[in-house]
Amino acid sequence: METDYRKMWEDLGINMEKHDQLLAVLPFVYRNVYLSQKNRPKAMEYYDFVVSGVHGIRVKELLDAKDAGKKVVAYFCLYVPEELVIASNAVLVGLCGGSNFTDQEAEEVLPRNICPLIKASYGFKAARICPYFQAADICVGETTCDGKKKMYELLSELCPTYTVEVPQKPDTEQARELFYREMMALKSKLEEITGHKITVQDLKKSIGIVNAKRAVLDQLISTRKAVPPPISGKDSLLVFQIAFYDDPQRFTQKTKELVEELQERIKNKVGVVDESAPRIMVSGCPMAIPNWKLHHIVESSGAVIVVEESCVGTRYTSMGQIDNSANTVEDLIRAISDAYLNIHCSCFTPNIGRVEDVVRLAKEFKVDGVIHYSLQTCHGYNIEAAKMEKSLKKINVPMLKIETDYSNEDVGQITTRVEAFLEMIRK
Amino acid sequence: MDAVVVGLDIGSASTKAVVLKDSQIVGYAILSTGFNPQYSGIRAIGEACEKAGINPKDVVYTVATGYGRINAPFANSRVTEITCHAKGAFFTNNRARTVIDVGGQDSKVISIDEKGRVVDFQMNDRCAAGTGRFLEVMMRTLDMNYEEMSQAVINSENPSKISNMCTVFAESEVISLLAKGERRENIAAGLCHSISERIATMVKRIGLKEEVIMTGGVAKNRGIVKLLENKLNTKISVPKEPQIIGALGAALEAKEAILKIKQS
Repeated sequence: METDYRKMWEDLGINMEKHDQLLAVLPFVYRNVYLSQKNRPKAMEYYDFVVSGVHGIRVKELLDAKDAGKKVVAYFCLYVPEELVIASNAVLVGLCGGSNFTDQEAEEVLPRNICPLIKASYGFKAARICPYFQAADICVGETTCDGKKKMYELLSELCPTYTVEVPQKPDTEQARELFYREMMALKSKLEEITGHKITVQDLKKSIGIVNAKRAVLDQLISTRKAVPPPISGKDSLLVFQIAFYDDPQRFTQKTKELVEELQERIKNKVGVVDESAPRIMVSGCPMAIPNWKLHHIVESSGAVIVVEESCVGTRYTSMGQIDNSANTVEDLIRAISDAYLNIHCSCFTPNIGRVEDVVRLAKEFKVDGVIHYSLQTCHGYNIEAAKMEKSLKKINVPMLKIETDYSNEDVGQITTRVEAFLEMIRK
Repeated sequence: MDAVVVGLDIGSASTKAVVLKDSQIVGYAILSTGFNPQYSGIRAIGEACEKAGINPKDVVYTVATGYGRINAPFANSRVTEITCHAKGAFFTNNRARTVIDVGGQDSKVISIDEKGRVVDFQMNDRCAAGTGRFLEVMMRTLDMNYEEMSQAVINSENPSKISNMCTVFAESEVISLLAKGERRENIAAGLCHSISERIATMVKRIGLKEEVIMTGGVAKNRGIVKLLENKLNTKISVPKEPQIIGALGAALEAKEAILKIKQS
């Protein structure tokens, strides 16, 4: 790394010893998982660069923004609308929670047997090894599962935390009303922190910024319909993971360049794999950086992942292009809150939308099989798998169910299952 | 005449090799995997070839399977144990549509079609619950051998209720039952009940299709097979040597691989 960020990290109160250990492992993992891939799009260089400076450059940008009087809002889940945060003149940054590196610190407070994402989310703060977390003025949580909800209560002892209530039956009138009011309350909270009163113009502009980001990500998703796909599942996953914390406008520009390269590749029939490689959809729990475990296993076994029905995939853009033609703050926020309830999270009941999405995507992306991915003890996704399998059977698409965490102990067993699944598909 | 092919199944507990010639098993070997899977693989092939009266040099193609398949660099290719067990089981009984395989480290249920192809499968999760290892640990605690364990199911009039499936917790449960003066036979029968309960659930999850065949080391426990038959209300066939079915499937894969090479 060219610039020395040690002083910056120390000032942020980072646990330097532990942080050094983390930074020592990452390049090795990244080389092994990412840089070893063949035939990568050239435009992936930007994302490699972002990862190589994961705790440096972007953190510096956040601190510069803070110096200029802006606030930093941290979040974990899509249910915290980026549009509102940008409109409040704050910077939104997604936190990761994709590693078991801080399990020990987390388990001093949290139960051992809970979701690894929840454990990591809390652990990275408790262990003081995430400069984003350290730089944040507030963390905005949501109620998309009981574990997270309760974890945020404990997190609030370590940093200012605000929780948005997400209703459970989104199709009802009362749910829409509740979420709208929650968004209005979040707006007030953000205004209180930033001291900036959100205007119609602010919202029109921020909706435009995030719409542009979603539009380009939708294009990225579409390129993968090509046979063979022009980009690996691993690389696409990384782009979505970075979408959570990069500057939205720069990210949109860089991803536009990537999409142009991919479209060129499709024209020239350039793919990352052979045409005969089995096409796999991954559906289920989000995968936060640096959780590349399943993708790495699947793509190292000769298949290619062509779509993720996930918060780091199609769910990221499922609010679509939000209408910003209204002329009152209330109507614009109504447009946002209505659109966000289209994210088919497994916290909903009965959440038929998610099953329909997967069936539709299976056809659109011509997948040979679906791998249902659930983090350990994630009851929502884990239980929904049964419904998913039944619906996929009707259209003759086989499904493999994987439940795992961030450790490496089950890599051998998962590899065997994935390979057997691929052998079954190839016959 | 067919080429001589070998199927090698390096499992967590034992390593199996099958030598196949003209679609006939002409030799096989079963030995303990121990700490060096690669070495056990080589030894198993050597032993199986010796029994077949074949020079290992004359083996044209070798397919490795089992968790140790990556430790067999000398094999021509690697196929998972799921595909191999299905293939091997179907070869011994082509009416089989459901294969139950309970090995040392994992248990699986495989659903196959009329051509012996895998259509679906289920595997136990990462721990040893419902596997051969579970039984081995319990046999040691009870100081019983395989035959005694199997007999216990038939002889016990009042099998103990074992509620823990975790090997470590179940072991302490067994120890406290022994301390209470419970008969060994009843505890052993209880353990067999609990393991077969778990396997039966996996079968039901995937959907029972007849006929059912059981392979892997645990299939040698007639008590467990009997309990499973009752729980699933179906007849279960067990091949003469259930432990080598994965290796047999690997050998059949080797045979097919040669055919494919010849065709292309």
